[in-house]
Amino acid sequence: MKFWQALKEAIASLSANKTRSFLTVLGIVIGVGAVIGVLSIGQGAEASIIGQIESIGTNVIYVFRGNSAEDVTNPKRLTTSDADALSNRARAPHILNIASVLSGQSRVRFGDESAQTSIMGVAENYAEVTDLKLSEGTFFTESNVTNRSSVVVLGPELAERLTGRQTELVGTTVHINNYPFRVVGIATAKGGNQFSSPDMDAYIPITAMQLRVQRQSVPNAVDFLLIQAQDSQSIDLAMQEAKAILRASHRLTSRQPDDFTLTNQEDILSIANSITKILTIFLAGIAAISLLVGGIGIMNIMLVSVTERTREIGLRKALGARKFDIQLQFLTESAMLSVFGGLIGIGLGWLLGKIVGAIAANSGTPLVPEISLNSVLLATLFSLAVGIFFGWYPALRAANLEPVEALRYE
Amino acid sequence: MELNSQAKEPVIDVRNLTKDYLLGDIVVSALRGIDLQIFPGEMVAIMGPSGSGKSTLMNMIGCLDSPTSGEYYLDSLLVSDLHDDELAVVRNQKIGFVFQKYNLLPRVDAIENVALPLRYSENTSSMRQRAEAALQSVGLGDRMRHKPNELSGGQQQRVAIARALVNQPAILLADEPTGNLDSQSGKEIMDLLLKLNQEQKTTIVLVTHDPNVAAHAQRIVQLFDGLIKAPEAIS
Repeated sequence: MKFWQALKEAIASLSANKTRSFLTVLGIVIGVGAVIGVLSIGQGAEASIIGQIESIGTNVIYVFRGNSAEDVTNPKRLTTSDADALSNRARAPHILNIASVLSGQSRVRFGDESAQTSIMGVAENYAEVTDLKLSEGTFFTESNVTNRSSVVVLGPELAERLTGRQTELVGTTVHINNYPFRVVGIATAKGGNQFSSPDMDAYIPITAMQLRVQRQSVPNAVDFLLIQAQDSQSIDLAMQEAKAILRASHRLTSRQPDDFTLTNQEDILSIANSITKILTIFLAGIAAISLLVGGIGIMNIMLVSVTERTREIGLRKALGARKFDIQLQFLTESAMLSVFGGLIGIGLGWLLGKIVGAIAANSGTPLVPEISLNSVLLATLFSLAVGIFFGWYPALRAANLEPVEALRYE
Repeated sequence: MELNSQAKEPVIDVRNLTKDYLLGDIVVSALRGIDLQIFPGEMVAIMGPSGSGKSTLMNMIGCLDSPTSGEYYLDSLLVSDLHDDELAVVRNQKIGFVFQKYNLLPRVDAIENVALPLRYSENTSSMRQRAEAALQSVGLGDRMRHKPNELSGGQQQRVAIARALVNQPAILLADEPTGNLDSQSGKEIMDLLLKLNQEQKTTIVLVTHDPNVAAHAQRIVQLFDGLIKAPEAIS
């Protein structure tokens, strides 16, 4: 029998039992749907995290307090004096710029609208270091920082949320922690620069942050520092220089470990990457189990079908069907069932990704699920393989039936 | 060449054929040495009480089963030594089966049912036309698109006969072809088989326990306990 004939017969026989075919296929639909959904969300999350990290610029080094690799007691807080020390061109020739960041949560109010969000207390060079662009107005100046001016640059989403617009806002007043701040600029949408959504952030001078929003027990304390290296080649040198300067300014002896952590984009990228990869593999593995269960379901139904159609098999053999013909017929049916289920599953997974993406977008995390051609091909081939694997035994049973016995079967 | 030799060369030539079954530990001899020749254009009835081995013989002649010993030449081809897949080809090309219970596929219409043997042949060209011609020849030209459950028993058996004929086999093997039919439909089916035998010179082997059916045959082979009982009586 020719293949296309087997295909036609399989369609006829499967559509003769629509309800059963549909229920049989459901296991594969759910399995493939879950795998595709998880993979697409995983890829989307990876792209989103990488995008957020990369958007800050690749030659930036983060300095955090503490050291997770070594046992450090009572690590010193990072301060603006650390930033000043790092700014020494002579000792750190490969460091271009330093941005100190003191961040905290506070309520921002405009008229009747308000939002709880991240307030970033930063110096005037933050925009340069993190490549932050403004769609309107200008970033605050050095004198704003020195004078502890109550000025603010709003993230575009925050502006939208508070005022319903992103333009003509310079000169208006918002209240942060109940202190009035004058809007001097609106940032352009970035889609991300740290692990939160920067488009919801508000930027104020670090001095105003210390004064009005978050009083610190340690004067001049900051949460983290951003070091901009001269270029991406000099990152390692800049890190060595920063390490030496910070050890000196924290008065660490040669036997004491660092009480700070230096990381660059690549480190963070690779960590983020491996975390999302492991999560994706883990979840996809769980989803694959349902694919296995779906395959067993197909095998079960195919065995029932072979028994039900014993006489038909006997007849076909009497009319000249060879073993191969019978095997082909049943394998085609099981493969078609599972590929059909796989295709529906791909659609379901796509939908699942869309829904998760929509939920994520609603809660302010940009996540665009991605379905790559590879995962679609893989899912199709995999379900084909499931159909052939689990259909093999029933098809072999059918092919090996004795025609005399099969024709006599009631 | 065929016409001349047909008179002498039997289309079915069975020599000392035996078949043993194993029922548990006991060997049951269903056939104990059958010699039988059937010539082209003959219509032969095989009769016998149940357990006489007539079904077994029918399965042997139909190449559905292999004998324990002995030789079977079908159309001058020694088929008793062939393997399963080779037998499948022989069944497809040389034998047309008509069953008591019609054995039509319920899902598909008459044409598709008749075309089924063609699907397993080498030559799959113009399947529909050949199936249509076969249905015309059994008088069902107006029922081609009907599914089995839309046809009467007699019509279903006609579809089955058309299916048996579609590959132009050397023999038509009918196992109780009227067993499931009322007398009127049964008579029509027998008339059709007789007509095929007389007009197309189709070789027909009937297996039946109904003497009225067997009476249509030119020759009756009586089986008893796995042996052919009496010298073949010519009606």
